[in-house]
Parts: sequence; structure tokens; C-alpha cells
Amino acid sequence: MRVNVIVNGATRTVDDVWEGESLLYVLRERMGLPGSKNACEQGECGSCTVYLDGVPVCSCLVAAGQAEGRDVRTVEGLAPDRDGLDPVQRAFLEAGAVQCGFCTPGLIVQSHDLLERVPEPSDAEIREALAGNLCRCTGYEKILDAVRLAARRKAGAE
Amino acid sequence: MATPVRTPGGTPVRTPGGTPVRTPGRTPVRSPGHVAAHGHGGVGDSPPRPDGTLKVAGEFAYASDLWIDGMLWGATLRSPHPRARIVALDVGPALALPGVRAVLTHEDVPGSRFFGIDGTGDQPVLAIDQVRHEGEPIALVAADHPETARRALKRIAVGFEVLEPITDARAVIADPEGLRVQPLGGITRYQPVRVGDVDAARARAEVVVSGDFEVGIQDQAFLGPESGLAMPSEDGGLDLYVSTQWMHNDLKQIAPCLGLAEDEIHMTLAGVGGAFGGREDLSMQIHAGMLALHTGRPVKMSYNRHESFFGHVHRHPASMRYEYGATADGGLVYADVEIVLDGGAYTSSTLNVTGNAASLGVGPYEIPNIRIDAYGVYTNNPPCGAMRGFGAVQACFAYEAMMDKVAAACGLSPLEVRRRNAVSQGSRLATGQVIDAPAPLAEMLTRLEAIPMPPAADASDLRNLPGGVSQTTHGEGVVRGVGYGVGIKNICFSEGFDDLSTARVRLEVIGGEATALVHTAAAEVGQGLVTLEAQIARTELGVRRVTLAPADTTVGDAGSSSASRQSYMTGGAVKTACEAVRGVLLERAAARFGHHDLTLVGGTVVSREAGELASLEEVLGDAVIEETREYHHRPTQKMDPATGQGNSHTQLALCVHRAVVDVDTELGLVKVVEMAAVQDVGKILNRLSLEGQIHGGSAQGLGLALMEEIVVSGGVVRNPSFTDYLIPTILDMPPMRLDILENPDPAAPYGLRGAGEPPTLSSTPAIVAAIRDATGRALGRVPVRPEHIVA
Repeated sequence: MRVNVIVNGATRTVDDVWEGESLLYVLRERMGLPGSKNACEQGECGSCTVYLDGVPVCSCLVAAGQAEGRDVRTVEGLAPDRDGLDPVQRAFLEAGAVQCGFCTPGLIVQSHDLLERVPEPSDAEIREALAGNLCRCTGYEKILDAVRLAARRKAGAE
Repeated sequence: MATPVRTPGGTPVRTPGGTPVRTPGRTPVRSPGHVAAHGHGGVGDSPPRPDGTLKVAGEFAYASDLWIDGMLWGATLRSPHPRARIVALDVGPALALPGVRAVLTHEDVPGSRFFGIDGTGDQPVLAIDQVRHEGEPIALVAADHPETARRALKRIAVGFEVLEPITDARAVIADPEGLRVQPLGGITRYQPVRVGDVDAARARAEVVVSGDFEVGIQDQAFLGPESGLAMPSEDGGLDLYVSTQWMHNDLKQIAPCLGLAEDEIHMTLAGVGGAFGGREDLSMQIHAGMLALHTGRPVKMSYNRHESFFGHVHRHPASMRYEYGATADGGLVYADVEIVLDGGAYTSSTLNVTGNAASLGVGPYEIPNIRIDAYGVYTNNPPCGAMRGFGAVQACFAYEAMMDKVAAACGLSPLEVRRRNAVSQGSRLATGQVIDAPAPLAEMLTRLEAIPMPPAADASDLRNLPGGVSQTTHGEGVVRGVGYGVGIKNICFSEGFDDLSTARVRLEVIGGEATALVHTAAAEVGQGLVTLEAQIARTELGVRRVTLAPADTTVGDAGSSSASRQSYMTGGAVKTACEAVRGVLLERAAARFGHHDLTLVGGTVVSREAGELASLEEVLGDAVIEETREYHHRPTQKMDPATGQGNSHTQLALCVHRAVVDVDTELGLVKVVEMAAVQDVGKILNRLSLEGQIHGGSAQGLGLALMEEIVVSGGVVRNPSFTDYLIPTILDMPPMRLDILENPDPAAPYGLRGAGEPPTLSSTPAIVAAIRDATGRALGRVPVRPEHIVA
């Protein structure tokens, strides 16, 4: 089948999609956007998190056809320009929240959403928001640091 | 030359990381490139990861991201039975499926049909007439689409004669000849340790305590699945991009099985999504190679999470019996220990896991009389091998529980009994090895005690209580407990293994600025080795610009990213290669300026007599200085097979934990409120990375304490998914307080002490001790489950 999706602001059309393919598969294997990760492919780890019409979802649980005509924003589409980074991305890098980095894209999208909704989250709110994103390397301490740092930076910029 | 490559969608894709890799054939898109690490930050600083920008941008090339035009997808048929004979195998129906390009069995293995790490070679590439564990690979498929490959697997007709699996490790020890999973017999390694006279000491002991302990099977649960891409090269060889921990050891196993010479295979490290030991053994490497050579096309393999649970070895489950004798005032008199480690169907790392458990079986305590019997055995349970802290983790859970039992019997505090028996520099381990570097355990415990306790939980916010937002308690039935754990881990490989590392460092002026290119085969698995390599180059060569070449097999062996060894070994190799480059540079400067009292200070060549002479760039001019160096740690000895004695370890590292828990004693739910850790790392090379290692290691220990277990019944795994195998989330992991000590090891580069594994040891027993403190339960098994608390 043919699928049309608006990905990171641009309309993308892909052909020969098998109906059983997930949005994650189409992003990674048909659109050349492997930033969303395939850690569990069963909606448990959050590494494939993308915005679908502005709401974070596990793209592994979205059938490609369900994304027809909809707006998808991936980790590759967060930065303001080619060489820049979103404040959340920069904070993850600087706070040491990235080790192997496989969970990082999903955590960054989820944290980005949290800070859009709650600009100054408490630790409890950060933990609740990120509870669906597994990280095996960091023990989460530096991830908390990163979200706190990004929140401070965004508040300072506003 | 490289063919222009496009994505399936038709859009050109850049190669992340800039400069494409030079390989004999084509280069896949999304393959690892050179990484620029320009900026400040030498040894002791915390510069950001050089690969971090790519990682946060979603552009880092992990193994599962590899892609090249025309590639096929490989898939693996695995055994549903833990033990069976294969009486029929028909691949015809699978081959007939449109889109299927190859179906291969053991008959198609081009070379040796067996492989295995540590030279064991007992594992079939594909099952030959029998299967010995659930998930054992039987056949391979290559197809145009991954779903086509999966459907083809279902069309392979296998006739099994199912046999009763051998699953009781202790029964195997009782009858190793009768219960043979392997032709070798049922016992992989038996390693005794004998010190003094335990029987005589038992008569003198004033206090005797004992306990039985079990550790469940833990999974590494790295998030990046086993993946890679194999591409036939134009000269008949193979280009292999994989995520692994040790490329050169992979190569030694892959080449004979593929019927190729090692130099006909060019391996490049694809981005590794965590490892923790689970990538020491091969997974898809030989299989993808077979499919690529057979079809003449690039073949990608990428496991899903279900397959990943069968695609790598796990942490050995352990069954342990301990008896300690002590004087009435808490001085240890003897230890009588039996440790049984179930290695599953193949040898993997069981020999070394057993060695670690034996040599570190009583931990960092001075005990004059010791009898340890450690066994690694074969069963039809899931194969077990390396996981962070192997062998030492299992024993640590038991010996720390024993220390608390001694404390209770003698009326001492947990900290006091540990201080009283603690090793220090000059102490002997159970192996007779004298600890010849700082080991300030008593001081570490005192510092741990000084860390302030967390306040009582604020029960007005239910998220602070056990069960969290499930709102299972409003504070009633919740009891606080405090527990302590101490662990000792060997750093680098032990028992006579010369696990060297190699580094090539090139210094030249690029764009007017001196630039160092660092090239090693060491696996960056997330730990931050690439950051450290750049830091070392900056410190040793006074440059700001450092470029890291992709890790591949065109440079010498770096050894494994295991055993907390890469800072020591590859750090040592990079340092040594930089020193060699610096030596050549200063010789050039000496010849030019006529001074022979030169040093490099920052980026400037300085004469003691004449002061500053010239910048790096001036001295270098158009020259390129390149040096390659191997680094070796000091030699070690095998353990004596009868007594366990010998200087078997390279370096030893200590970590201590305090855990504070709140336990809902009515429902058996546990909330870890806080963990505090004190670790002696010799020298802090990068505080940010180091803290991340301690946090992450502690989290994996928390997982083992409270939730992580591959549940096996009759040799069959019951929970191969992240729905049923739980790892800690951000809600499970508490805040941590760290106190990091720097007592240098004079034998190690910069005085460093390997740091990645020790925190994984001590966090588990600290948490379980805290639950015991809150509940009074004996809790001899991890993970602790609610039914263990409320039963």
C-alpha cells in the first residue's frame, strides 16, 4: 500500500508498504529516519517514542496505515536547524544522561513533551512522565539532571 | 568504490559522523564514521561525549540502523525444546516461498561447525542432530523483507524427538557422568579453595551461622538488539558490521566457521546499544556471514526483544551454601562454602565465572581458614556466561548476608562486623594473593556511615510510598529498613590471561591546528571510552583537536569491553602510544633547536634552560607522526586446581553501598528510598562518566535485588519480554549519594582502578539487607518477591 505521512514538517510518500508494518518500521527502514529506536517493539521501553499529531506515542505500536495523512515528529525533527540542538537534546548531552544512547531519542521526545506541558516539573512529575522509558545504562540520575537543566534553560530563555 | 546509496524511500541519506569509513567494498549508509572530539578536557575533566551529539540527534549509527541498497534480511529458526533429537529437517517449503533467497542448516556451514569463546569451541553454529537448550539456532533464512523471513521460518519442517531436559545443577554434581549435557561430562569447572584447617577451626568457633542462598538468572537487557550487517567483499572475503564487545575475539571464532582466513574478514564496530557482558559471545555474526556468502548479497540481521532473550547468554543462576564461624566478638574464624553455578548447555564464560566465584567467594574479609568448593555445570537450562560482575555478584549476595548473620549473632552492628574483618593493603585474599594496592575498606565503611540519612517519607504524596500511584497503602504497614553491602571485584582478565590492548595514534597539522587521530579496536558500548581516549590524547599531546577513528580490525586487538578493563587497558594503550608520539616529536624539536631538555607543556615545546621554543604546529610542519603501541597488564597466575592458591588477579576494586527502603509489610511491596555508595577508583578520569557507571551499576544491582529474573520451568523460559522481565524504571531507582575516593594504584595508568562493575555487586545485598532489617525475614533468594515478604 501507499502511505503518506507528514514527517518533521515535510510530506513523505512511501510505496509498497506491507500492511503489517509499524510506523516505526516505515520511519526506520523506508524513510531513512532510524533515530527512533527498536529496543522492544512491543510498547514497553519507549525508545521509539515520536509525536503523532502532537501526542507522544510508541511508534512500534502504531500501524503504518494509521499514520496516513497525520503529522509525525521524530527526534530528528526536534532541532531548530541542521546543526543545532533542542535545549532538551543539549541538556542530555551536557548532563551525562547519554551512555549507550539507545534509549535517548525516546527519552528526549518524552522529556520534550513534558516540558511543553509542564515547564517547571517537580522530580515526582519528571519520574512519572518518564516512567514508560527504560534506560539500562544510567540509573536515571543524570536523566533527571538533564530534564532539570533543560527546564532551567528554557525558563531562562523565555 | 562506494556506490551511491539510497534509502528505500528514495531519499539520499548522509553517512553520520562525516568521513565515510574506508572498507574494501561498499560502505553501508548509517555506518560508523570518524568522530570529532574537538575542544577542551583532559584527564580528570568531564568533557561531553564525542559521540553524544549524534546520539541526542538520533543520528548515531547503531547496528540495527545499518542499511545498504539491495540488502536481504536474515532470520533464525530456534528450538522450542530445551532438549531434543532432530529426526527430520525439511527446508523445501521455506525455500519455495516467494522472496526467500536462502535457507541454510548446519550442512551449509562452510568451515568448522563449532565455535565458542575462551577457546572452548563446543557450540554448534547451527544445531547438529540435537538441541541442548530452548532457543538453540537450527536454521537460517535470508529474504527480501523481514516478515517474509519470519514466515519462511514457520515453513521449515523440523521433526523433534523430545527428551527430558536436565535442569537440576545439584543433581548434575551428584551424577556428572549420568547427567551429561556435554560429551565432556556434566561439570564445566570445579575449583576448590583451601586455606588453613576448617575442621579444626570449627571446633574453636564460639559462634556458628549458616545460610542457603539462591540467585536467579539475570538478563543484561541491553536495549540495542543483537544486530549487524554482513557484506561479501569484492575479493571473496566479508565486511562485517556488528555490535560486539571484542571484535578480535569474534574474528577468531567467525573466520574458521566461514572457511575464511582472519584477514579475509574486515570487521567494523557498529554502534552498540549497551552490552553488560551479553555481547561477549557471538550472536548473529557467523549466521549473517553464512547468508551473505551464500547469496552474494549484503544480509542484515536484527533480533527482536523476544529473540534477544534467547540470542545471548545470561548471568549464571547460583545455589550457595555458606557456614561461618566467628569468635564471640565477631572475628571470623572460618568459612565453609559451596557455590553451584548453572552454566546451561554450553561453556561460554563458565570457566572464568567459576574462577571468580571461587577466588572472591568470601569477599574482602580476612578469614584464616577457608574451604570453598565452586562448581560450574552444564544443564539444558538457558546458556549463561558474562554479565557485569560475573561470578563475584552471586557470591557477594551470599557473603554479605553471612556478615549480617555474624553481626546479629555477636550483637554487633553490620558496619562494625565488616570493619572488624575488613581487608586492607597487605591483606591476603582467599587465594593467598596479597592486596598490594590501597584497599581502604574500613575507611570506606566509616565514610558511608557519615553520609546523612534520608528523611522519613512524606506520606501525603502517595508517589513516595511503596506501590506508588497504585495507591495500595496510605502509609499503614510501611516499615523503614537500612542495609549495607560490600563488594570486591577483579579488574581486567585473571588467571594468566594476557588481555592486551593496542592503540594507534597519529599526530599531524590539519587546517593549521595540530590534530591527534586515535584508532583502536576497543568497543565503545556506552561506558564513555571514546571520551576518555580523547581526554588522554589531549593530556599527553597538548592538542585540542582529537579525532576518533571507527573501531575496526585494521588495528590490533584491544581486548574485550569487559571486566571493567578498558580504561586500564585501552586507556593504557592510548597513553603509551601518545607518549611514543610525543617522544618522536621532542626528538624532532631537539634536532631543530639543539636543546635536549625538552618537554611538551600544553601545546608548546619547552626547554628547561631556554624556555618556550615552539608550538606543536611549528615543530610538526608537514610531518606526520604515527605510533602504534600494545599495552599489557602485569602477568597473573592460574589458580591452583587443588587449593585455589595463586596471584590470579590483576587489580581489585571495592565498592560499598547503603540502602534505605520502605517496605509495605502487608503487601510485600518495596520502595528503595535512597542508595549511598562509596567507591575507591584510584583516580577520577571523568567524574561525569564515572558517576554514570556507579549509578547504572547500582541500578542493575537493584534490579537483581527486587525484580529481574528469567523464570525457567523445565528448561523453558517463561518471560522473554519486557512485559514480563522487568528492569528498573525511573520510578524504581532512588536518588543516590556518592562519595568517590582516589587512592591510586601505582601499577595502573594514572593510578586508576576499574569502576564499572563493583557497584553492581554491593547494591544488591545492601537492598536485601535493608528489607531484612524492615521485615525480619531471612530472604535467602534474589530477586526478592512480594510473597517472600508476606508469606
